[in-house]
Amino acid sequence: MPDLLLELFSEEIPARMQAKAADDLRKMVTDKLVAEGLVYDGAKSFATPRRLALTIHGLPARQPDLKDERKGPKVGAPEAAVQGFLKAAGLKSLDEATIQKDPKKGDFYVALIEKAGRPAIDVIAEIIPVIIRTFPWPKAMRWGELSAKPGALQWVRPLHSIVATFGMETEEPDVVAFDVAGIKAGQVTRGHRFMAPAEFSVRRFEDYEAKLFDAKVVLDPQRRKDIILADAKELAFAQGFELIEDQGLLDEVSGLVEWPVVLMGSFDESFLSIPGEVIRATIRNNQKCFVVNDPKTGKLANRFILVANIEASDGGAAIIAGNERVIRARLSDAKFFYETDLKTKLEDRLPKFDGIVFHEKLGTQAERIARIERLAAEIAPLVGADVEKTKRAARLAKTDLLTEVVGEFPEVQGLMGKYYALAQGEDTSVAQAIEDHYKPQGPNDRVPSDPVAIAVALADKIDTLVGFWAIDEKPTGSKDPYALRRAALGLIKLVEDRALRLSLSASFMGAYKLHAEQLIDDGRGYYLYEKEIDGDLTAGWLPYCNEALNDSARRDEFLEEILSEGCRVYLNGRISDEASFEWKNSEEIILNLLPFFADRLKVQLREQGARHDLVDAVFALEGQDDLLMVVRRVEALGKFLDTDDGKNLLAGTKRASNILAIEEKKDKRTFDGAPDASLFVADEEKQLAHAIDEVKREASDAVAKENFEAAMAAMAKLRPAVDAFFDKVKVNDDDAKVRENRLKLLNEIRAATRAVADFSKIQD
Amino acid sequence: MDSTPIHMRPERSFQGLILTLQRYWADHGCVILQPYDMEVGAGTFHPATTLRALGPRHWNAAYVQPSRRPKDGRYGENPNRLQHYYQFQVILKPSPPDIQDLYLKSLAAIGVDAGLHDIRFVEDDWESPTLGAWGLGWECWCDGMEVSQFTYFQQVAGVECAPVAGELTYGLERLAMYVQGVENVYDLNFNGREGADKVTYGDVFLQAEQEYSRHNFEHADTAMLFEQFKMAEGACRKYLEAGWDGGKKDRHLMALPAYDQCIKASHVFNLLDARGVISVTERQSYILRVRELAKACGEAWIHTEAGGV
Repeated sequence: MPDLLLELFSEEIPARMQAKAADDLRKMVTDKLVAEGLVYDGAKSFATPRRLALTIHGLPARQPDLKDERKGPKVGAPEAAVQGFLKAAGLKSLDEATIQKDPKKGDFYVALIEKAGRPAIDVIAEIIPVIIRTFPWPKAMRWGELSAKPGALQWVRPLHSIVATFGMETEEPDVVAFDVAGIKAGQVTRGHRFMAPAEFSVRRFEDYEAKLFDAKVVLDPQRRKDIILADAKELAFAQGFELIEDQGLLDEVSGLVEWPVVLMGSFDESFLSIPGEVIRATIRNNQKCFVVNDPKTGKLANRFILVANIEASDGGAAIIAGNERVIRARLSDAKFFYETDLKTKLEDRLPKFDGIVFHEKLGTQAERIARIERLAAEIAPLVGADVEKTKRAARLAKTDLLTEVVGEFPEVQGLMGKYYALAQGEDTSVAQAIEDHYKPQGPNDRVPSDPVAIAVALADKIDTLVGFWAIDEKPTGSKDPYALRRAALGLIKLVEDRALRLSLSASFMGAYKLHAEQLIDDGRGYYLYEKEIDGDLTAGWLPYCNEALNDSARRDEFLEEILSEGCRVYLNGRISDEASFEWKNSEEIILNLLPFFADRLKVQLREQGARHDLVDAVFALEGQDDLLMVVRRVEALGKFLDTDDGKNLLAGTKRASNILAIEEKKDKRTFDGAPDASLFVADEEKQLAHAIDEVKREASDAVAKENFEAAMAAMAKLRPAVDAFFDKVKVNDDDAKVRENRLKLLNEIRAATRAVADFSKIQD
Repeated sequence: MDSTPIHMRPERSFQGLILTLQRYWADHGCVILQPYDMEVGAGTFHPATTLRALGPRHWNAAYVQPSRRPKDGRYGENPNRLQHYYQFQVILKPSPPDIQDLYLKSLAAIGVDAGLHDIRFVEDDWESPTLGAWGLGWECWCDGMEVSQFTYFQQVAGVECAPVAGELTYGLERLAMYVQGVENVYDLNFNGREGADKVTYGDVFLQAEQEYSRHNFEHADTAMLFEQFKMAEGACRKYLEAGWDGGKKDRHLMALPAYDQCIKASHVFNLLDARGVISVTERQSYILRVRELAKACGEAWIHTEAGGV
């Protein structure tokens, strides 16, 4: 069976786009082939800086013949409809159509269309130009003479040549005949830009890949990565160092070379006085080089590893020297930044935050820091943190954002704050909290362990979440510009890993109050007070009320007003609808944030491969806002439901619920209230009633002691009684009173299980 | 190269490097222009690039452009940063199919051997908010150092480029430091002579860097500059308005003088920015005002003879 080889040869494709482009090419071509009835055995695509390549093997030489029935108009339909049908079906006259009987709707014409399959190569020649013209590059461009014309071809960078061959292994393949924007497909390509620039001819994938290799091009990106990684490790090892692996950098670098040549350079040891992370960021981000560790000290060594694209005539000496020069200049800058930063104390940077807007609707960074400090101080006692240290840490936590080093390398925020804090003699807990308050940033990130760090990390996240909910900037779909999902997940992980007892609604309320107070106090006068008095809308600028604000009772009144009603905020003192927005009331925020947390918890459990449907079953209970308890309860419930007792009890409870639902609907009433013991007839009824009483009491006691395992164990006792009841007792007894009583008993099963979870929310 | 006297070799002298590039691009069909006689932030602002990139006519030009970035002044104390430096600018419209090869050969002409050095095209998309312009291209790296910018203009002054022009910008000081093997820009050999006859980059420009840094950061008269910005903006609009032939919008007769005022406004804004008297929010609105001027100039240009009418 024939194979297809396709190569699109262009100027340098951005490294970050290569992998997806190769995938897209394979998918687009194979999808289109399959849609044309050309199924294949296998397909693989590749990318280098200058080419996308695709090989598809095991294609048929021809499309299968197609037989298709096309339904036409009714017999006796108007001439226009008949002509339209004939044209669409490609028939000369109605004699070529058959008539299908339909006694209900009337007989109609049917055309039998037989389409002979075309040679695959012709189909491919049609498909590929369309794919090239509609290729989904993130950014595409026009070039050259043809760019003056409308509809000019767009590609990521100028496209130079196309290889497209099709044929059997044993034969000379044919060139697929097509052209795109004047580029005619052929079988000629080129090797490495500098080492083998000459053109050469290829037949099919096997010789294509081999000839490219001879022409100093490693086609397969994975192979280039393997080479780089292996050579870099070996080079480091040979000099007594250890490569610091970096997958993101490896991916990028492998997209910058067709022929990777790994070399090692060094820099002056005196630069090692700069924190290792800064050296690494400098060398990585600006120079795309790897750094190495000295295994003896575990610290960064004064070496770097670069990946060149050529085997230089001097063995790479000039390349190393050139890179060393650039890295020296970069590190000099970094060292200068670092040393400059050390000259200013972190607290002396605070005043600058007055002039930096955090978010137009949420005020300045200074206001944000003040809120976080107060909230962290409130949280501190709950997590066993020293209040003064916590306040200090919260006050300094964001100051490194104003340093030169963090300005240059945002990824070292927090970390630099710690270094600068330690350098100015701050308490180690305070310094650590500056680094850790951003954490955890993801499932694999370190979770803060020092109570001071925990308090500040919680306060930072809660303040952010509540603030953005207040101004109604929640994440939607894939959009989450303020990383609010990450903040919520981080909070969950903190609570879980550090076993923190925290009432979510109380914390949200605490944060909300601080936001609301700032709205009143910040004195920028952008808050418009609106109130309906005796049916009239009364509005006033807060500055007019400033005197009233000195009156703490009036101020509390404002605060209460915002808490319960929310308000309208006018930006920049302008009273216009464009410059104003709604500030949500506290209840709405808490009601909306809790389900958001439930969703995050579900996502997290799903990612851990645990049951996530149980989260709803637990959150459906009243007053669930202690995250740790929710998590523990979900865990215990999950374990219980894995046992036979659990599964059967769930089935029994669901059965009870279903029966109740039907009967409640029938009778248009509920069956609340305790069943009447005197109306019990069967032993199983009595036993069930007894079991429910016992289990309810035991489970509630256990829950009160936060022992969910024990609560579940108690639940298990309910199972035999429920099973026996459904086995022996007919709920819908002929005696209406007995029936009602039994329905009440069923309702009690449901009620009893609610001691641990709402079973109706659990998926089977 | 052998016939070139030693003091004119690109690896020996700054001026030799410039003259070699000029010679190379002249040999490849470019008109060699002289710098534009106004203060600009980059070679792109020269009307030979900004305006000539627009319209259907072929245009190949190369020139040195002194470029001013008031904020980059370091009082002559930083070995790499200058508030006044030279760019070598090449504009080829339409972009020829072998433009990358032409560029690489120009590097060879100034002594960068592609068999010895690691030359790379690393993604770098170019955008100029003040000019309403964007393009796709690369930073060109030589052994890890950025030595040029390479851009296929897609849009300039708010007008689609048809055809697309290729723009090459060489950072001359950086390139010279590289080929001369010098660590500090002020140590560059300017004239390629040795001993008493040697003139360094520092001899030529160090005092200027010190003086202009003082000026840019401390003393530039902001009241005057604010006024100049407004005047340039007003004049630009006035000339644009007056330039429409017979008041009809089909032919423009004064696009170039109007564009001068746009350049002026842009540079004045850069000075005000360096003095730190423009707030973050105002900054955006100033950039927008310059862009509006640039767009209006582009619109006028494509209604001139050189613009394709």
